[in-house]
Amino acid sequence: MAFKLNVNGHVSTVDAPADMPLLWVLRDMLDMRGTKYGCGIGQCGACTVHLAGQPVRACLTPVSAVKDQPITTVEGLSADGTHPVQLAWLEIDVPQCGYCQAGQMMSAAALLAKTPHPTDKDIDTAMTGNLCRCGTYTRIRAAVHKASEMAIAGTPKNVASVGGQ
Amino acid sequence: MKRTENQMTLERRSFLKVSLLAGGTLMFGLAEREADAQGRGGPPQAPPVPGNYLRVAANGAVTIVAKNPEVGQGIKTMLPMLIAEELDVDWKNVKVEQADFNPAKYSAQSAGGSTATPTNWEPMRQVGAAARAMFVTAAAQTWGVPETQCTTASGRVISGAKSLGYGELTAKVATLPVPAFADLKLKDPATYKIIGHTQKQIDVPEILTGKPVFTIDVKLPGMQYAVFERCPVLGGKVASANLDEIKKMPGIKNAFVVDRPELTAISGRPGDLVSGVAILGETWWHAQKARQALKVVWNEGPNATGSSTAFKQRADELSKQPPMSTSRKDGDYDTAIKGAAKVVEAAYSYPFISHAPLEPQTATASFKDGKIEIWTDSQQPGQGRGSVAQTLGLQQDDVTLHMTRGGGGFGRRLTNDYMVEAAWIAKEAGVPVKLLWSREDDMEHDFYRPGGYQYLKAGVDSAGKVVAWRNHFVGYAEGTTPVTGTIGATEFPQKFVPNYELHVSTMPLGLRTGALRAPGSNAIAFVIHSFLDELAHEAGRDPVQFRMDLLNSEQPSAPAAAGGRGGGAFGGGFNAERVKGVLQLVAEKSNWGKTTLPKGTGMGVAFHFSHQGYFAEVVQASVDSAKKVKVQKVWVAADVGMQIINPGAAENIVQGGIIDGLGSAMSQKITIEKGRVEQTNFHQHAMLRLAQSPPEIQVHFLTSNNRPTGLGEPSLPPILPALANAIFAASGVRVRSLPLMDSGFSWA
Repeated sequence: MAFKLNVNGHVSTVDAPADMPLLWVLRDMLDMRGTKYGCGIGQCGACTVHLAGQPVRACLTPVSAVKDQPITTVEGLSADGTHPVQLAWLEIDVPQCGYCQAGQMMSAAALLAKTPHPTDKDIDTAMTGNLCRCGTYTRIRAAVHKASEMAIAGTPKNVASVGGQ
Repeated sequence: MKRTENQMTLERRSFLKVSLLAGGTLMFGLAEREADAQGRGGPPQAPPVPGNYLRVAANGAVTIVAKNPEVGQGIKTMLPMLIAEELDVDWKNVKVEQADFNPAKYSAQSAGGSTATPTNWEPMRQVGAAARAMFVTAAAQTWGVPETQCTTASGRVISGAKSLGYGELTAKVATLPVPAFADLKLKDPATYKIIGHTQKQIDVPEILTGKPVFTIDVKLPGMQYAVFERCPVLGGKVASANLDEIKKMPGIKNAFVVDRPELTAISGRPGDLVSGVAILGETWWHAQKARQALKVVWNEGPNATGSSTAFKQRADELSKQPPMSTSRKDGDYDTAIKGAAKVVEAAYSYPFISHAPLEPQTATASFKDGKIEIWTDSQQPGQGRGSVAQTLGLQQDDVTLHMTRGGGGFGRRLTNDYMVEAAWIAKEAGVPVKLLWSREDDMEHDFYRPGGYQYLKAGVDSAGKVVAWRNHFVGYAEGTTPVTGTIGATEFPQKFVPNYELHVSTMPLGLRTGALRAPGSNAIAFVIHSFLDELAHEAGRDPVQFRMDLLNSEQPSAPAAAGGRGGGAFGGGFNAERVKGVLQLVAEKSNWGKTTLPKGTGMGVAFHFSHQGYFAEVVQASVDSAKKVKVQKVWVAADVGMQIINPGAAENIVQGGIIDGLGSAMSQKITIEKGRVEQTNFHQHAMLRLAQSPPEIQVHFLTSNNRPTGLGEPSLPPILPALANAIFAASGVRVRSLPLMDSGFSWA
């Protein structure tokens, strides 16, 4: 079946089975490999993307369910790596292996869009669906707070970038 | 600095190669002399070619090659830091490049055992120092001044008002002899600008913007995506499969049985190809979806009877019988235990667990004209190349390995089974193939951390001193060979207890086992330090002081103890003074014994020596009436030698080891029924989540006058007993079996 997808502001048409998860459409059909496979059952969050601004697990989202909702992936978080979440992750040097971090950042960006001043409790709730096998949680917590500070203190562009996801 | 035996060995068999490339780019490298390379046994190696650790372009651009596999341990950043420091260039101007697998250029290329730091600390700095010395010589000759009047800074040689960039000196350097390593003067650590200063991980900007830097992201023209269905019972073989039906399914390019009797007959050995069905699709999902319709009839073979319940029953039976072997017998245990004031007897156990790196096993292979090219995140690419060559009937030189970033390792990628599968499938399919395991494949076909049982009895005298200790370890063996993780004869507290016995019995196992982060130690530390805690409480002694007293009672007559896994290779085994140092430090930092905690909250302590690292850890945790556990804070004190090379990364990986260990302690177990692994995915083998992770993990490094050693592994082992001991302090419940959830505990 043909599906028209708006990914990071670009519209593409793919010919895919209706039940094919968005994760594999992105990775194997659209060549957008930043979104990762970790479990396939919504347990790890490595495949987190935004659907109309909401964080969803791309491994459990059939392509037919996307319809005209815009999709944002890690590649579209910012044009040039300057989303406050990306800047904070860089400054705190969060990753070890880095495999989960696209999903972590997508969850964090969605949290900050809704809750610009998250508490530790807010972070626990929003981020606990994202596993990090290397155990970088201490830094993830710090980086979410840092991104919050950066977004609030940042340029209008950055604020818009957070709010616009 | 005092030269070590290791350093001198290196000097004997190494020399520095320099050559000039077109365009004035210099190549430096540490290469082995051919005679030495061939004289160390094993298969003949190709003659060494100029190494390629370092390139300095005519415009001054510096490229440093990272030689080891990067699986998140930070080695791609750390090894180049060592070269850059001694070369005396600015880190921000260094470009780091990942090496392919090429033992002729790079000698050892592996990621395991926390060995990269101690083995590379000197040679990598020497590569940089030799190059720097040659730039100094070149500049001094150019200017006609003595070398002693020349200094270097930021990639330039300076003498008074004169200055030349390294790039301007490349033509001259290429004509110079290479200095002997013994003549090199390495920097005074007080002058370090890169080592000891946090440098961010090299690939982070690419990771944060979703660039395809991981092994799973490799893509080749014309590539097909493969899944591989294996028998749920180890060693089982395909009898028949509905391949015709599968081949007709949408998006399916090919499907075939993989089998080769002479290889699958010994399946279970790392790198062996197992029997199964390969399905190739136009996307991975097409292939994975087709698996739902795949019907395979298996000949399951002799391993189809394995059962965790039966293992436990057998272990209990064996514990009551005379041990199969005695690993250690010091003093007179039987007499000493009779005379002890207090005696504690306890049975401990821990399960099989899975590595589960977040990036499932994957490799991409392309076979053409009798040669194969593979993209892999193997932690032991050398072994993998051998396995691929053997399995495909190729020469090793016909196997090219590109080393791509791995999404975690933890020891899973020490075995190359999935690389061999990808190679075989690509050759048979005749097209480039990316093999990707599903998470279910991963959890059901791992090389598991072996479970084990330890039956302990020990006695303390009226002064609280441990006088007798007996441990009957019951584990597993393949044939007569105990699996990895079997306790060693000199495991602590051997040498610190005068009357000591260690016995080992084993039972057969039809499951693949392997090294998982801090192998052996990751389970043994839980047993030894939980049991020591029992003894301390039984003796009415403070747990820290009790351990200090034990460390002060080293038996003079006994031979040196290794005291933990990975001991001995780089500067000696278990050193009680270094343990006491970290134990003292962690007690101070945690305010041990001086903090008044509310009811239901307690602190637990443990230490462990493994992979040359000395770690002592304290956990503060609360336990409520529903056995909900909250780890409030963790303190870590570590001694890994004289220099923390990349402090930020060091802290990160130590904290990661703590979080990893907490997760495995609470929730992880692999169980077997009818020879099949019962767990399939993360919901049944849970790792720690963010909300469950401690709000604070303090990491304190104690520097000592010892060679720097690795951090991938040794922070993990003590956290399990420190948690169990904190749970006891908080709740009065002593847990002797992992995971904790089997005793009713869960995270708050």
